Amino acid sequence: MKRSKTMELGVGLFMLAGILGLLFLGLRVSGLTFTVPDDTFRLEANFANIGSLKPRSRVTMSGVTVGRVTAIDLDTEWYDARVTLELDAELEGRLPRDTTASVLTSGLLGEQYIGLSVGGDPEMLDDGDTIRDTQSAVVLEELIQQFVSSMVND
Amino acid sequence: MIGRIVRLGRSGCDVLEALGRAGLFLAQSSVGMPSREGCYLWLRQMHFVGVLSLAIVLVSGLFIGMVLALQGYTILVDFGAEQALGQMVALSLLRELSPVVAALLFAGRAGSALTAEIGLMKATEQLTSMEMIGVDPLRRVVAPRLWAGFVALPVLTVGFSVVGVYGGYLVGVEWLGVFEGSYWSSMQSSVDFLADVGNGMVKSLVFALVVTWIAVFQGYDLVPTSEGISRATTRTVVYSSLAVLGLDFVLTAVMFGGFS
Repeated sequence: MKRSKTMELGVGLFMLAGILGLLFLGLRVSGLTFTVPDDTFRLEANFANIGSLKPRSRVTMSGVTVGRVTAIDLDTEWYDARVTLELDAELEGRLPRDTTASVLTSGLLGEQYIGLSVGGDPEMLDDGDTIRDTQSAVVLEELIQQFVSSMVND
Repeated sequence: MIGRIVRLGRSGCDVLEALGRAGLFLAQSSVGMPSREGCYLWLRQMHFVGVLSLAIVLVSGLFIGMVLALQGYTILVDFGAEQALGQMVALSLLRELSPVVAALLFAGRAGSALTAEIGLMKATEQLTSMEMIGVDPLRRVVAPRLWAGFVALPVLTVGFSVVGVYGGYLVGVEWLGVFEGSYWSSMQSSVDFLADVGNGMVKSLVFALVVTWIAVFQGYDLVPTSEGISRATTRTVVYSSLAVLGLDFVLTAVMFGGFS
């Protein structure tokens, strides 16, 4: 049978375009990055209430994203939420021991994320340590309840 | 009365028989090691069903991405959320529109042609003559077409998504003035590679199998007259469109419906 080079070339280019397209969908559309898993470190933080925080939420410091939430589970000893954070390695050993973690909301209806603000302790947090000073999410119902009960007391 | 029940039973038997024939047909033609010659036959079919379908799929993808961005913008801007345009365009393309629309276009462009080609081979008794000289028509004619469709449609779906995302970019960013950074970043923060791109690819593989299977089987199983060929070609397009849309609902319910 006669073999046509242009047809083979066409099919080859077609398959190549498919692979390149998949690469584009991976890198540009879903934002995959080939990071070495070693360049992060873990911290834990216990919150009385995390609101609607989800795994993969952002962790920010002064508004700059420095990591993300990897896991959320219930601490059965204290009955509060234990949140595992994965932070950039450049912050390892640079966060004071009295760093505060709070659950914040972006905008009025936006997604929830964790904001870190540094303290002044000379000792630093290491990999696997727990942040002691935390602020829970603001739950709208509780705010309204407080407002109503303070109105009644007046 | 009895006659009607008999007819009902007969049509039920016919449907079951056709399903059984189609299943055997798929198993016999797709299993087996391909020879060098078979690879070349596959390549030729890839050129026909894949490369030559590229133009219609890419142009449709561009327009669908553009119209998504336009419609999404007019709705999102009411809530002040036009920053989320990229997320809306990418998710609706990757999860639903690319696999389904690419499969429908593929059924119309390539599926009907496969049915007509194999049907004419049957009507002019080329398939019988192949059997006479000891060539298995399932291996020689059907298998390359099945495999070509199975490989080509996912590639076309990827192309559809890529072009659609760029179409949305053209309308949303270049024309309507959404900030470019938020178009891409809202997309990247919400699209998950395995959950969205991966599930879209699984959908498109399933559609590829169903559409080419229906097309090739309708061609192989038709009544060998000119009327039979025209009926079979129509049936290919109708059945594959219905199968794609119905399966899409089932697959979406399994993948994104939260049953797990």
